Amino acid sequence: MAELQVEDKGKKGKKPKQKKHSSRVDLTPMVDLGFLLITFFMLTTSMLKPQTMEISVPSKDKVQEEDQNKVKASQAITILLAKENKLFYYFGTQENGIDPEVIETNYSSEGLRKMLFQKNFDVMKAVDELKKEKKKMAEEDYNKKLSELKASKSAPIIIIKAADEANYKNLVDILDEMNINNIARYAIVDITPYDLGLIDAKTIPAK
Amino acid sequence: MPKVKVPRKSTTVDMTAMCDVAFLLLTFFMLTSNFVAKEPIVVAVPSSISEIKIPERNILTVLIDQEGKVFFGLDTQQDRKEVLENVGKAYSISFTEKELNEFSKIGMSGVPIEKMSAFLALKPEERDTKEAAIGIPTDSLNNQFEVWIKTARQVNRELRLAIKSDQLTPYKVIKDVMGTLQDNNENRYNLITSLEQVSTK
Repeated sequence: MAELQVEDKGKKGKKPKQKKHSSRVDLTPMVDLGFLLITFFMLTTSMLKPQTMEISVPSKDKVQEEDQNKVKASQAITILLAKENKLFYYFGTQENGIDPEVIETNYSSEGLRKMLFQKNFDVMKAVDELKKEKKKMAEEDYNKKLSELKASKSAPIIIIKAADEANYKNLVDILDEMNINNIARYAIVDITPYDLGLIDAKTIPAK
Repeated sequence: MPKVKVPRKSTTVDMTAMCDVAFLLLTFFMLTSNFVAKEPIVVAVPSSISEIKIPERNILTVLIDQEGKVFFGLDTQQDRKEVLENVGKAYSISFTEKELNEFSKIGMSGVPIEKMSAFLALKPEERDTKEAAIGIPTDSLNNQFEVWIKTARQVNRELRLAIKSDQLTPYKVIKDVMGTLQDNNENRYNLITSLEQVSTK
């Protein structure tokens, strides 16, 4: 743009003596400034928006009613989050005074994920197949089918109970496992003294 | 033998084009940028495989640090002002216009309401000190956090809640916060995490 103007002037004035010398400004400092500011903005901006995990919990008054329709014991898996990143789970519940067998596991892919994968095998398989056909169907259909699959009756129901000493990362990890294993039916429940007892029974003799 | 003169063809390149590009980019960054919000404490969020992005507007962020201190953040200045005014009313503390304006500039705050005036009187540099970051009381006797949440909801119905917490925050604190949210019928919220790559077999 600047150049154009220069030429314009030259033609108008018809004074060949004062040629191209004039109005050409050295733009180097301006470019410097421009890039400096760009650098500043690039460094201060957060282009990446943080990821989030959506969870919805039942509202308080509803919980009491729904507590009545107890989870079928055969489908229930209770996951206990204990202190020092310890993790336990057991199937079903206490029956006829016999405690369920508590199994210790860990947060690695070989631990809890493997168990959940096996328990939820049917659903995982169906979801995998659905994913292959994803391209053919509309987004809405896919989402609908996916949630149908996840809510299927045979899928396990997970009860997550975290001890006070467990940390937030543990909780997020467990919620993550639920997503990885396509488990839609899970609940975060307050830990009971009974469960704490189970954890203690499992940890103390080991020491 | 004098060569055909090609002198004076100076080495200066025409900077105009480069300048144009630089400023074009600058404009782009200026318009797209939303600044990294300053947070009173640094938290290391846990990672997850979830890829849902947080919505851009109307976010109420609840920040929880390792020791369980709770901070409260809103993303628009107007909301901040109104919320502080109403929370003040609930504790029969009135704030001056100057204090309200000052508060509207703070992205996140974690000060008990009775100390808010003193906190706002501090210089911006002094607010980041450890002593100023006390956290909002959440215990059941003096649950100011609940008041904040309730007021924010009244001021802006569109708000979405996001919990941003440190990896090592004890679950007990999270449970209290979630319990408070549940008491107020805030049943859907987001947990802010960072992205993690996981292979599913």
